[in-house]
Amino acid sequence: MTLSPELEARFQKILSSYPKGRERSAVIPMLMYAQDEIGSITQELIDEVAHRTGVKPLQVDEVIGYYSMMHRRPQGKYHVQVCTNISCLLVGGEELYRHACKKLGIGHKQTTKDGVFSLEEVECMGACSWAPAIQVNYDFHHGVTPEKLDKLLDELRKSRGLE
Amino acid sequence: MPLYNEPHPLEVKILSKRFGLPNSASIGAYLETEGYQAWRKAVGMGPDGIINEVKASNLRGRGGAGFPTGLKWSFVPRNSPKPKYIMVNADESEPGTCKDRLLIEFDPHQLIEGMMIAGLAVGSVAGYIYIRGEYRYLIEIMDRAIDEAYAHGYLGSNIQGTGVTFDVRTHTGAGAYECGEESALMESFEGKRGVPRIRPPFPAVAGVYQCPTVLNNVETFAAVPSIILMGGANWAGLGTPKNGGTRLFCLSGHINKPGVYELPMGFNLMRMINEVGGGMRGGKKLKAVIPGGSSCPVLKADECDVAMDYDSVAAIKSMLGSGGVVVMDEDTCMVKAAQRIMKFYAHESCGWCIPCREGTAWLKKMLDRFHAGGGRREEIKLIGDLSKSILGRTFCPLGDAAAMPTIAFVEKFYDDFAAHLDGKLCPYEAKSRLVTA
Repeated sequence: MTLSPELEARFQKILSSYPKGRERSAVIPMLMYAQDEIGSITQELIDEVAHRTGVKPLQVDEVIGYYSMMHRRPQGKYHVQVCTNISCLLVGGEELYRHACKKLGIGHKQTTKDGVFSLEEVECMGACSWAPAIQVNYDFHHGVTPEKLDKLLDELRKSRGLE
Repeated sequence: MPLYNEPHPLEVKILSKRFGLPNSASIGAYLETEGYQAWRKAVGMGPDGIINEVKASNLRGRGGAGFPTGLKWSFVPRNSPKPKYIMVNADESEPGTCKDRLLIEFDPHQLIEGMMIAGLAVGSVAGYIYIRGEYRYLIEIMDRAIDEAYAHGYLGSNIQGTGVTFDVRTHTGAGAYECGEESALMESFEGKRGVPRIRPPFPAVAGVYQCPTVLNNVETFAAVPSIILMGGANWAGLGTPKNGGTRLFCLSGHINKPGVYELPMGFNLMRMINEVGGGMRGGKKLKAVIPGGSSCPVLKADECDVAMDYDSVAAIKSMLGSGGVVVMDEDTCMVKAAQRIMKFYAHESCGWCIPCREGTAWLKKMLDRFHAGGGRREEIKLIGDLSKSILGRTFCPLGDAAAMPTIAFVEKFYDDFAAHLDGKLCPYEAKSRLVTA
């Protein structure tokens, strides 16, 4: 599998972070960073990570279903994650999530037809004191209202159109 | 919006003293404010000196369990021929908890220094920081701080000419609450599914790679430099007996000034809500508080005149937990709160232990149905009974974490459950519909 120079350097750094003979520790970080670049976890990537860490492909495969941030199919360019757990719930997290569904015309773990947005109702993301909170990819947005969400999504869609 | 709040006059800012300083995450700012001085002092104290100081501080684990830190460190076998590891649990995922984020964002070097001191105490030369995958920006901040520490000779070999070696690396998680549990965290760190291990042996003896491991929460390690500098007894004196120092309380929910505040252990919960948190939003009445993250049994308003330390909160049959104080007003439906929390645990149960896997799924179904008005009176007790059948029957505390708050919701707010029977619409939702109509 051909990796970009950035990802190759990242893989080397990850592999060098663990003691000799403990390369299996690199499996999850390698999958996470590769997924960010490739868009999803493919069989080719599983084989590559297995080869580099000296484990069986099955041992890589079996972790994927366990972790909520790993996925085998590409998500939208912007993955919108709305927290509805207790602290967000109390200040409008569920209303915000319903608003996002309506605005994007999709539901939980679905992607818009143009592939720009995907949506997920997520568990606590550690933003409880600044609730309700969402994450778009890795970016946090705090104190989000339906109006702020509209503005953000419109801006993201616009920036996508200009690319 | 800035994540740190304006300091409140009642705060005692020790761990958070650098929050809000310009470039507070840089090594320059850290060195200007006593940074890495504690480590220098600790080098001269020796392992026993360090552990005794941490024991004297009455520092207890800030991840939730509240185990005495110095005692935990003393369990690491000194004569073990295996390498020893320092492991930071930065998998912060307990609903209501958002403090470790700030400790890493605004003061990553404080965490590195705490790890280095732990390394001196137990004879470890390698530390890892397991950071939840969602906190990618914090991994970047932490990696920059680690690079700076190497560049300035505070990490690596022969640190500052002392002959001491210590290395630190970050490690990303990938989305799993369960991996905040120490044994599941280590499984995950080793590249596997995050399922818990049976204990004993405890991590101090057989942790990462079956080697002796000191595993603590971010805030626990972050407290260590201050303890070394001010002395264990002085740190202990800030709190209440057996509950040393300060801690970061994360206030959220129906209050005017939610935020993360550093307060002495034993600070009164009502004062925390009314003074530090600015009182109830919209002048509403207080109904209930979750005192330490979603796994802690809820407190009724009349139970909230309590000192926020591990022992005082345990005395009223709840837990101080991870410092997540979730405040709920009179318009909050306790069936809804219980349902949402159970939905979380059912989602996060790793499936390893059957009572947790099946119990949380069944409880979620029951609570979903209750909130939709499909409950029957005899089932109110059944919710509590089913929860009790999970308690103590799982490898890790996730089963208990799901069961304990549910038991409290049902027992303390029976009337809320009784108001949802026989097809009745949730009275709180009905009320809010009337208000907005």
